[in-house]
Amino acid sequence: MTDPAAAPTADDRFAPGARVRTFRHDPPHHTRLPRYARGKRGTVVEPEGPAALADVNARGRGDAPVEQIYAVRFAARDLWGEGDHHVVLDLWESYLEEDSDDER
Amino acid sequence: MTSGDPAGGHSDASISRKVRRLETLLEEKGVLTGTQLDEALDAFLAGASPASGARVVARAWTDAGFRSRLLADGTAAVRELGYMEGAEQRLRVVENTASTHNVIVCTLCSCYPLRLLGPSPSWYKSEAYRSRVVREPRAVLEEFGLRLPETTDITVWDSSAETRYMVLPRRPEGTQGLAEEELAALVTRNALIGTAVL
Repeated sequence: MTDPAAAPTADDRFAPGARVRTFRHDPPHHTRLPRYARGKRGTVVEPEGPAALADVNARGRGDAPVEQIYAVRFAARDLWGEGDHHVVLDLWESYLEEDSDDER
Repeated sequence: MTSGDPAGGHSDASISRKVRRLETLLEEKGVLTGTQLDEALDAFLAGASPASGARVVARAWTDAGFRSRLLADGTAAVRELGYMEGAEQRLRVVENTASTHNVIVCTLCSCYPLRLLGPSPSWYKSEAYRSRVVREPRAVLEEFGLRLPETTDITVWDSSAETRYMVLPRRPEGTQGLAEEELAALVTRNALIGTAVL
């Protein structure tokens, strides 16, 4: 038995194991993409289930798009330049883009 | 509501004043009664205490089927025991093993599995914990008195969206003969957060 809310769906842009990069944005409003994880490379663990985009919701607007949220795993070295641990963050789909190998 | 941490790590005094003022206004204007507020809070926090988390852990240690359901879908599994009814958030339980250790945090604010574990400790909400544990977990855990072997892989779970996390600690050695209730009594709140092992 697995959580049906967290099961991958055909609409998901990213599959478990996908290499992604977070946006390097710096919006003047609320966001759930923490500063330390902006513009960083990570790996999708699995979808966490869809929810209204917090960036829009927090501004009191009723038209927040519902997006898939993904648990994304980052190596400490990629976040901080050092460390041997990992950090997992739950990130809305629009915070992420594909990380193609040829850019590496 | 209390005035926060007497040690000064994190003060709730200002927000408590605002909340009390709001409650008074809502009652004065007849929007709701104090009893309604208390009932809503009681319902929200029903079973919300580290003892509930401990009970979940003890069940997982003694019932392999429950353990797999808990790791696959934490929300549904704890509902079997009557917890988190109607909760909007998901619960994900992350399991410590011989080679991996998990620790939870919310770097953006103070998200915590409140519906299961009750209010979080003051240090969990402190800027020091929130900013440091994602960067240098090994050093932070040592300050909690937890020295992990160099070979242990550490994963920090930053609760940045709608999922709340709880750690499933390893069952202490030499506890084979203990009943579920006795096992639950061994589980500490810090072990459920990942800042301690048992």
